[in-house]
Amino acid sequence: MIRSILMGTALSLSLAPALADEIWVTNEIDDTVSVIDARTLEVKATYPTGERPRGITFSKDFKRLYICASDSDAVQVMDPDTGQILHDLPSGEDPEQFVLAPDDRLLYIANEDDAITTVVDTESRKVVTQIDVGVEPEGMGISPDGRIQVTTSETTNMAHWIDTETHKIIANTLVDSRPRHAEFRPDGTELWVSSEIGGTVTVFDTATQAEKGRIGFAITGIQPEKLQPVGMRFSPDGQRVFVALGPANHVAVVNAATLEVERYILVGRRVWHMELSPDQTRLFTTNGVSGDVTVIDLASLEPIATVKVGRFPWGAAARPTPN
Amino acid sequence: MARISVCLALSLFAAPAAAETIRIDWLERQVTPPPVQSNMQARPERLGLDGARLSVADIATTGRFTGMDYQLVETVIPPEAPFLPAAEAALAQGAQLLVVSAPAADLLALADLPAARDALILNTAAPETSLRGVDCRANLLHTLPSVAMRTDALAQFIVTKRWANLAMIAGTLPEDLAYAEALRSSLTKFGLSLAGEKTWPFQSDLRRAATTEVPLFTQDLPDHDLLLIADERGDFGRYVAYNTWLPRPLAGSEGAQPLGWSGVVEQNGAAQLQNRFRDTAGREMAPADFAAWAAIAALGDATTRTATADPAALRSYLLSDRARIAGFLGRPLSFRGWDGQMRQPIPIVTERAVVGLAPFEGFLHAVNELDTLGPDQPETLCTAFQEGP
Repeated sequence: MIRSILMGTALSLSLAPALADEIWVTNEIDDTVSVIDARTLEVKATYPTGERPRGITFSKDFKRLYICASDSDAVQVMDPDTGQILHDLPSGEDPEQFVLAPDDRLLYIANEDDAITTVVDTESRKVVTQIDVGVEPEGMGISPDGRIQVTTSETTNMAHWIDTETHKIIANTLVDSRPRHAEFRPDGTELWVSSEIGGTVTVFDTATQAEKGRIGFAITGIQPEKLQPVGMRFSPDGQRVFVALGPANHVAVVNAATLEVERYILVGRRVWHMELSPDQTRLFTTNGVSGDVTVIDLASLEPIATVKVGRFPWGAAARPTPN
Repeated sequence: MARISVCLALSLFAAPAAAETIRIDWLERQVTPPPVQSNMQARPERLGLDGARLSVADIATTGRFTGMDYQLVETVIPPEAPFLPAAEAALAQGAQLLVVSAPAADLLALADLPAARDALILNTAAPETSLRGVDCRANLLHTLPSVAMRTDALAQFIVTKRWANLAMIAGTLPEDLAYAEALRSSLTKFGLSLAGEKTWPFQSDLRRAATTEVPLFTQDLPDHDLLLIADERGDFGRYVAYNTWLPRPLAGSEGAQPLGWSGVVEQNGAAQLQNRFRDTAGREMAPADFAAWAAIAALGDATTRTATADPAALRSYLLSDRARIAGFLGRPLSFRGWDGQMRQPIPIVTERAVVGLAPFEGFLHAVNELDTLGPDQPETLCTAFQEGP
């Protein structure tokens, strides 16, 4: 195992001298993924995918890339070293977003058109079960211990808490209009849910599913109804949460302890989702309308570069370079 | 400890055994479609109702988790039958939340019934701006945009295109005259004016004569960047396109149309709603379908958030700042506290694409940019809402 990794490294070293971490971005309209070199900030490859790729995530060993090809009704599995699609996973209809369980095996997929969460075993490539949830499921989170999976439904305006042992819903908690993203705090004690049309982020206590707080946003000169929270990421130290504000073209930096917004960072147009660089020094944001990725320096919290990708970039996932 | 909290959460939002049934009425006055020259486009049989049914299915899914059960009671009154007795019968059976597709006169007669005084009525089909003005009623909200909202949207679009020279052809039917008048008002509101205007005079069958008649008819219009068409029934406008003396784009009832909804709307997650609608109705979603869908989505949101079906409480919630309803148009939908009209973006659409979404950039408003469309609070002629929600 170790030997093969070393050999692989040696091989890619000789082929590609610009060896670096990568950020992979799905381009929803182009049906491609763009691979950004996290150091040079250049697009080093673009690979074709199925139709309307959105959700994107790597296996724990970064040997496989999972892509929600929404309009192809499939989750595709790509070899990130070659860009080749290895096979499709059964996903149910219109998979938009998913989350990989900490066991690296089960994939929880939101089937947006069918009001279902589909659980797929990535090894046997079989559907384990399907769980009825609210209308237009999208936000997918899983607790770090793997015991609770949360699906949020956009039109039902709820977070559905699913026990991963029984695959039954154990609680449904109401949030503001059109929840888009669910993110557990790295220590698992809190769940954060963004509500795009409600314009808020709701923070829940994981143990009791009780609401702990609700965060609103305000930027001078931007109408309140344009502040539409979508993607969220915890900072590497867990002290801050980055919240993408969609058509407000800003990322909010929220203090995870006080729930106060500390600052707003200007990014590209219609910011969807974000990913941290593997070395945890930079944040990459997908900007749907401007078709680019903004790179934010985490030390200064300033945008430092813009990388042009394909049309309507949506999801993002990081791959460290093996070394 | 963990087990107890799970049970608590369960009792909050998972009590289907004790489900409360909330009755929503669909009240439709069928109207004989007026004759138009083209035989190709029939009015969908369940226009509006298909949107209502889909929306009830949507909110019923939510209801599964909140312990609320929604029941749609459909009353469809044929063109020849009287409207009020059927409406009174529904009210007598307990109808309190009424989603209505009926002409303005029937709508007002319903709203003025003593039995409807405490009901909440949502208008999904009557576009008259006066229903949101001098003829407004406190128990009557509107999810269909008014004519003024649509023509304001078009005027904003024209301003953003910098098309300064405008001409108009208007039909002679009452709705054409109303649309033409609304267009003139909107142009004035946004600093535009008409260079020339003609009334459509033809009684002949244009399907054969358009190529010879329309160039001559449009030859004496002053030069213009855009030709506005006021033809709300879709009678003659389609034959004007590509037959004008000067090659000019059309807008209004033909060409680039300001509509509450259209099958070509796809951004902001709309594709999902369109897919659900096509799957169930087998056709494209029309403005009346969206108005019906939005009315019931608003009732669903209000009943979920207030945990009640009391019409007064729902009305109060919908008219408050708390209501931010998701409607696939990129901005939260809410209701104006001064006339009961639902705030909504207005797509400018062709047959194949959305060419713009009003309100447009640069049309500013102190409170909500959506209030640049249609009569704003300072100029409202509605007094029925003044006691406050």
